Amino acid sequence: MSLSSKKSPFQVDPQVLLSIHETMVRTRVLEERLIRMYKQSDGYFWLGGPGEEAFNVPLGMLLHKGQGLDYDYLHLHYRSAGILMAMGLDPRDAMRQMKSTASDPFSAGRNFVSHYSIYDWNVVPVSSTIETQYLSAIGTGIAQRRHGGKGITLVNGGDAGTAEGDFASCLVWASRPGVELPILMVVTNNGWGISTAASTQHAEKFIADRGQAFGIRSRAIDGNDVEESYLALQEALAYVRSERKPYLLEARVSRLYGHSSATGCNFAAQEEDSLVKFEAKLESSGLLKRQQMLDLRSRYEKEMLEICHEVKQEAPPQGSTIYDYTYSGQKGRYW
Amino acid sequence: MATMVQAIRMALHYGESHLGVKDIFGEDVGPPLGGVFTGTQGLKTAWNSPLDERGIVGAAMGLALAGSRCVAEIQFCDYIYNTIDLLKLVGMQCWSSHGAWSLPMTVMTPVGSGIRGSIYHSHSFDATMTHIPGWKIVMPSNPLDAYGLMIACLKDPNPTMYLKPKALMRVKGRHQIPGEPALTAEGEKALKEMIDAPLAGRSTWKPRFPEGLTDYTVDLGKAHTVASGDHVTLVSYGRTLPLCAQAAQQLQQEGISVEVIDLRTLWPYDWNCISESIQKTGRVVYVNEDTEVTNFGEHLIRRTVEEHFYALEARPRLLAGAFVPGVGLADALEMASTPQLSDVLALVREVVGERA
Repeated sequence: MSLSSKKSPFQVDPQVLLSIHETMVRTRVLEERLIRMYKQSDGYFWLGGPGEEAFNVPLGMLLHKGQGLDYDYLHLHYRSAGILMAMGLDPRDAMRQMKSTASDPFSAGRNFVSHYSIYDWNVVPVSSTIETQYLSAIGTGIAQRRHGGKGITLVNGGDAGTAEGDFASCLVWASRPGVELPILMVVTNNGWGISTAASTQHAEKFIADRGQAFGIRSRAIDGNDVEESYLALQEALAYVRSERKPYLLEARVSRLYGHSSATGCNFAAQEEDSLVKFEAKLESSGLLKRQQMLDLRSRYEKEMLEICHEVKQEAPPQGSTIYDYTYSGQKGRYW
Repeated sequence: MATMVQAIRMALHYGESHLGVKDIFGEDVGPPLGGVFTGTQGLKTAWNSPLDERGIVGAAMGLALAGSRCVAEIQFCDYIYNTIDLLKLVGMQCWSSHGAWSLPMTVMTPVGSGIRGSIYHSHSFDATMTHIPGWKIVMPSNPLDAYGLMIACLKDPNPTMYLKPKALMRVKGRHQIPGEPALTAEGEKALKEMIDAPLAGRSTWKPRFPEGLTDYTVDLGKAHTVASGDHVTLVSYGRTLPLCAQAAQQLQQEGISVEVIDLRTLWPYDWNCISESIQKTGRVVYVNEDTEVTNFGEHLIRRTVEEHFYALEARPRLLAGAFVPGVGLADALEMASTPQLSDVLALVREVVGERA
């Protein structure tokens, strides 16, 4: 790697961009390994977020990780690997959830892959229910408004889910006069709801426009552009942290492997690939050479494969544990 | 001589003063109204929310995820049905995360018939709610229990559902809540002046909650045997419990000895109490007013049959609401839709007269 002494063609610090790139590659390779695990019968179902890395990785880098009200609460949907990889997620744990092992730290084999739950990082349990995360976000937002400080609530979801009333609920509750909430509402718009094109169901030009009716600062960006995403997120997060008010950010992104394994999880060549786009820019600017990028990908592919082999040896949960934790701290059958 | 609604209000006051409750909210929960049944009048942490049941339950869930204890109200249980998936989601947070997250939150909602509330203010919710694991569910039948069960809910680390039988909301208690004024006419008047908002001048009104309130607790999962008897066991909760107690008194004059159990907590329920009573009497009738098909009482009958079949001297019975879409408004319709005293009396006589 050599940094050019000429004026940088980038708006973001090149060192930051290199870090983003590395995490984007690692995230993509993880997602592709998870897909292979599904296809090799090492998991019952796959869904995730390949194609959203250019937006999600910068977002993860800019969040404040920790437990409690001083840190950011994350109400995520199931396409958020890039966010968590940027925060330091161990890919082994994602594979454990894919393989439904007892060691899966998010759900001990109870939930689908990409359904994270990390108490120590304020990552509340991801649910398959579409858009309910925009409701629970209201609550952590209320608690953080009262607490003060810089901690905020982040909620993300797709474009199709914004048709649910829960999205409107978040707009209403986050903007109540005099009690606005420090919530960054993110919509990653890939233009699809499983097989249904957004263009056949939504007349609004931008989902972000819906925020304006509530006086919520809103913006739509190209989420496939790393720098645009990074800068927009910086601005949005700074606003929510300091003003303690909501912000609605719509990011246009790609869905590179379809909705989930239910639709085949095959590569969608017609979609723009943000990683390809970013690497072309990195190469043309001289920030990275093609071989360096290929080596990086190769290294992470090897890492993921080794982890996968190890995870496959880990034990599944015991059927006798099904009643555990129906209630807090409870184990065994409770009635 | 507090009413149930006063008891709930006092418990909530104790909760926000001593048990870390930071938010009590819902539609019309805050000033000036303080709840359509006045259950949240004068509470310092009570506030009005948007008219959005899903937002209310979702906000409570988020507050609990943040470790902030709250009480959310759905104005009538008739309007909680559009939150069913959220209630399921709340109930599974601890389980799905394998114990990582606990949700210390309480949802309270008025239930049942008895005020001529028509189709959409008379629904019950216990049959539906008891199908949702992960919650602790209570329904009091008197003001003292209403206080103690609320305190228990506010201490519990799990989501709790507090079902308020609206027909009993104004019924005066016969047992003193620790800290409330004496159970006399003077005490009743004094309590009213202290904590009931006047019809005029509410904007400047401040409550004076009794200073001696305590954390008197009715343990969750603990039933109460209201009356002891040898011939038949009646198991009930909420509005139908006083009917069962009244029936027991009347039937005593006919030589029928009725044991009456107030379940109080529906999950986890006190099976030991029920089981011991059935083994003693050999006959059991479950009474509640939710619709009779897939009723919680049906589960209890299943368990009764599975565990005590050979100890039974008569078929176990369920007396519940008619399986109709709603409770009709006209007096005769409501009376025919939900169990009344005459229904309890008739069924108990029938069960006692039966020979296995």
